[in-house]
Amino acid sequence: MKGGIFRIYTIAYLVFLYAPIILLPIFAFNNATVIAFPLQGFTTKWFTQMWSEPGLWPALQNSLTVAISTAILSTVLGVLAARASTRYRFPGKAPVMGLIMLPLVLPEIIVAVSLLVVLLGIGVPLSILTIILGHVLMTTPFAIAILSSAFQGLDRSLEEAAYDLGETPVSAFRLVILPLVMPGIISSLLISFTLSLDEFIIAFFLGGTHVTLPVYIFSQFRFPAAVPVIMALGTLLVALSVLLLTIAEYYRRRGIAKSGGKDTGGFI
Amino acid sequence: MARRAKGAGAETAGGLLLIAPPAIYALLLLAAPLLLLLTYSFLTDGYLEILREFTWANYSEAWTNPLYRGVMLRSLGVSALVTAATVLLAFPVAYFVSFHVDPARKSTWLFLITIPFWTSYLIRVFLWKVILGYNGVMNAGLMKLGIITEPLTFLLYNVNSVIITLAHAYAPFAILPIFVALEKIDRSLLEASQDLGESKIVSFLRVTLPLAMPGVVAAVLIVFIPTIGDYVTPQLVGGPEGRMVANLIQLQYLRLDNYPLGSALAISAMGIVAVISLIFLLLTRRYIRGPK
Repeated sequence: MKGGIFRIYTIAYLVFLYAPIILLPIFAFNNATVIAFPLQGFTTKWFTQMWSEPGLWPALQNSLTVAISTAILSTVLGVLAARASTRYRFPGKAPVMGLIMLPLVLPEIIVAVSLLVVLLGIGVPLSILTIILGHVLMTTPFAIAILSSAFQGLDRSLEEAAYDLGETPVSAFRLVILPLVMPGIISSLLISFTLSLDEFIIAFFLGGTHVTLPVYIFSQFRFPAAVPVIMALGTLLVALSVLLLTIAEYYRRRGIAKSGGKDTGGFI
Repeated sequence: MARRAKGAGAETAGGLLLIAPPAIYALLLLAAPLLLLLTYSFLTDGYLEILREFTWANYSEAWTNPLYRGVMLRSLGVSALVTAATVLLAFPVAYFVSFHVDPARKSTWLFLITIPFWTSYLIRVFLWKVILGYNGVMNAGLMKLGIITEPLTFLLYNVNSVIITLAHAYAPFAILPIFVALEKIDRSLLEASQDLGESKIVSFLRVTLPLAMPGVVAAVLIVFIPTIGDYVTPQLVGGPEGRMVANLIQLQYLRLDNYPLGSALAISAMGIVAVISLIFLLLTRRYIRGPK
């Protein structure tokens, strides 16, 4: 085995990383209202009870609306910004890109309160739409990071060949570039979707009375009796994110293989 | 010449046209709100509305009231400790994946490391409560092993639990930049160092570590800056003595309805973080500049 002590350390570290997630299904199937050891036997009743929770379904619906809209909007903005920054030179590029990428290092609470102040100031009622506005701001930098690496791997001569064959910039983009960066677009959609689905602070501040899934989960933590159902919900959510990420990872690898690159990195 | 100038003009126009929508979005929904936040922090809070009178009172309140100052200092301390713990613990992991894993399997390891980060943050934080609580997994395990006879009470609802939970949440943010920096190191430099008679440890200290510094610096900033503003973790596992500045901002905005003071607290926290980050960048400047 290569790596010796480093391998052992890394595996121990992975145990630390996965510890909370491994506990999640254990308590979701545990036949007790109190989330503690020793376990009380196997049950699926928390999953069945989940179907009859009154607040859960509207929250899920809101979350899906927000996450799907956010994924599409931030990927469109991401394609534009990634294409502009990898292909073109223009004045003010560094500060503009810096501003767009800023939410990556800005605490979310700052984004949330500053948007709240503006929206209330100009009298926009808080709704699903205002959550989407905030989420797009936060997920666009991630979309750009993913899409930039997709655009960077493009061979410029393919595009020039299309021009020489009589294509316009728009048709060349659609016929040549878009298919090549498609894997990047899909993984950007999936990752923006996942980030938005899980985002709490912005949804908490900008949603008003409109509750998304994380806001609903947060409110349920106040009632100990509601927690096992949340564990069941969490198990399903984790399974869903792992599935989506595996698909995103598959497309990312395929994209790298398509553009002939060598795979050395992860998502970011 | 004319043709080249025209080409450059078209290039500029194309770039500007593409960047316009995301740039306008960021200007309207990020730059303008941040400016308004700054303006609000200088306004006076009336009973029902905000008075348009310039004042320093919010800042003097934010900086001199012992309650606010205490929370601010605690947030800085927690973030510093979280950053140190996360980066130190992450370095060997990044080193292992970069130096000891077969290149074809590196992305699988990175995938394994990033998965927990993509699962519900709220639920992960809550599960730390389950692990660290009075009847929690940790206490139950330690009692079963006979290491302790009664549950430890210092694990949950204080600064410790906030640090553990945040160090867990931000782990991938520390591992990835360090990994990227390690990947860029030319392996022949290490061979050269060892050919010249340096031991493995000395080569690590004199070649690998300095070359990995840009990644370490990036990891420190990526962990330090957002942890200061974390709301969920202190709220759920911090207890009264683990509250941080984001909880204070939320309190001012959504409970006490004092936007000017909330804004002053937010701007102060951002300012302090920016100053600390700049000082840190200056101190580590010689590592980032790269080889001459």
